Amino acid sequence: MVDLLVIFFSAILINNFVLSRFLGICPFLGVSQKIETAVGMGFAVIFVMGLASAITYIFQRLLLALHVEVLQTLTFILVIAVLVQFVEMVLKKMSPGLYRALGIYLPLITTKCAVLGVALLNANVYNYDFLQSVIHGVAAAVGFTLVMVVFAGSRERWAAAPIPNALRGFPLALVTAGLLSLAFLGFMGFDLKRLFVELLGQG
Amino acid sequence: MRLWQDFTNGLLKENPTFRLVLGTCPTMAISLTIMNGLGMGLAATAVLIGSNLIISLLRRTIPDEIRIPCFIVVIAAFVTIVDKLMNAFVPGLHEVLGIFIPLIVVNCIILARAEAFASKNPPTNSLADGLGMGLGFTAALTLISTVREFLGTGAILAAKDFGFTGIRVFSEDLAAKVMTIPPGGFLTYGFLLGLINWLGERRRAKKNG
Repeated sequence: MVDLLVIFFSAILINNFVLSRFLGICPFLGVSQKIETAVGMGFAVIFVMGLASAITYIFQRLLLALHVEVLQTLTFILVIAVLVQFVEMVLKKMSPGLYRALGIYLPLITTKCAVLGVALLNANVYNYDFLQSVIHGVAAAVGFTLVMVVFAGSRERWAAAPIPNALRGFPLALVTAGLLSLAFLGFMGFDLKRLFVELLGQG
Repeated sequence: MRLWQDFTNGLLKENPTFRLVLGTCPTMAISLTIMNGLGMGLAATAVLIGSNLIISLLRRTIPDEIRIPCFIVVIAAFVTIVDKLMNAFVPGLHEVLGIFIPLIVVNCIILARAEAFASKNPPTNSLADGLGMGLGFTAALTLISTVREFLGTGAILAAKDFGFTGIRVFSEDLAAKVMTIPPGGFLTYGFLLGLINWLGERRRAKKNG
């Protein structure tokens, strides 16, 4: 229980996907112009990254069982592409309302490095089990959403500010993200494990 | 002459990092030392040349409706080859670059060139385009890495794989540690992008009198 909580919160605050791992920068800079779209995109990402973590875990077991780890990159990217397409079709059929809300963001996610990134981290770096993988995927996406909403909020403010032409758009967005990243560094010193052990009163 | 134009296009006019702002994730994540920047850039260049060539050769065979999955399979094959080669010959660099090597497969530059150039042009031009774009990416990565390595550690050209600790320019005590952590990546890229925009603007203003 404690280790799941630690995985969840450290993926959001300490190893934030956008600010400290540099994954999913493209949609972060491209989509986050307005708070509303940032939230919509965020829910789509949470959904897809949770699912992708679960499915790629199963495929990773399969690859290991068949001794064809070489095919990992190829398998993961195809599985993720198919998954996004499939989710889009199912949503369209089963829940048109949700589809209208999330649908336009789904195709954007297919090529997103964050989804493949979380799958590769789960499989190659952390060797998480099934539940840990899913928690990590969802938490990474929650962290992504949180930062994107905060960022969109600040972006709405400085959109009308008098900024030198050369810094408009991407340059200032990157500098703002850099400052946000500095702020998130403050979480680095947290000992999450101790915190949760004390809160839950167990070793 | 067109070959030369296709080649230089990626270096300056449509530089993927500073003009198109594509492939930003690896740009900031690995630009800690010049060695990393060069390694990542050349790995992406190798994939780009290979995938551009194969996709250009197959451009009449691949059906239009399923072209994107086909491109991805070709790209993933080359990424796997590069991944395994680096693991064998430069294990230190391979470890530092970590998941960013398999992530070349989702680097927007490569899919964008397959879609916008290789699927519409003959193999020789696609090769030139791949090489130009790849080297443009490598040059941009090297520039960002130079700034970060110099300011962040006080030395340049450190290469662990070859047992070289780098050329020390100033003492490590004076180095700005912030450049070697994630915020440094965002700040360096942001300011360099602003500087390049500013230089471009000034040149245009001069041209127009």
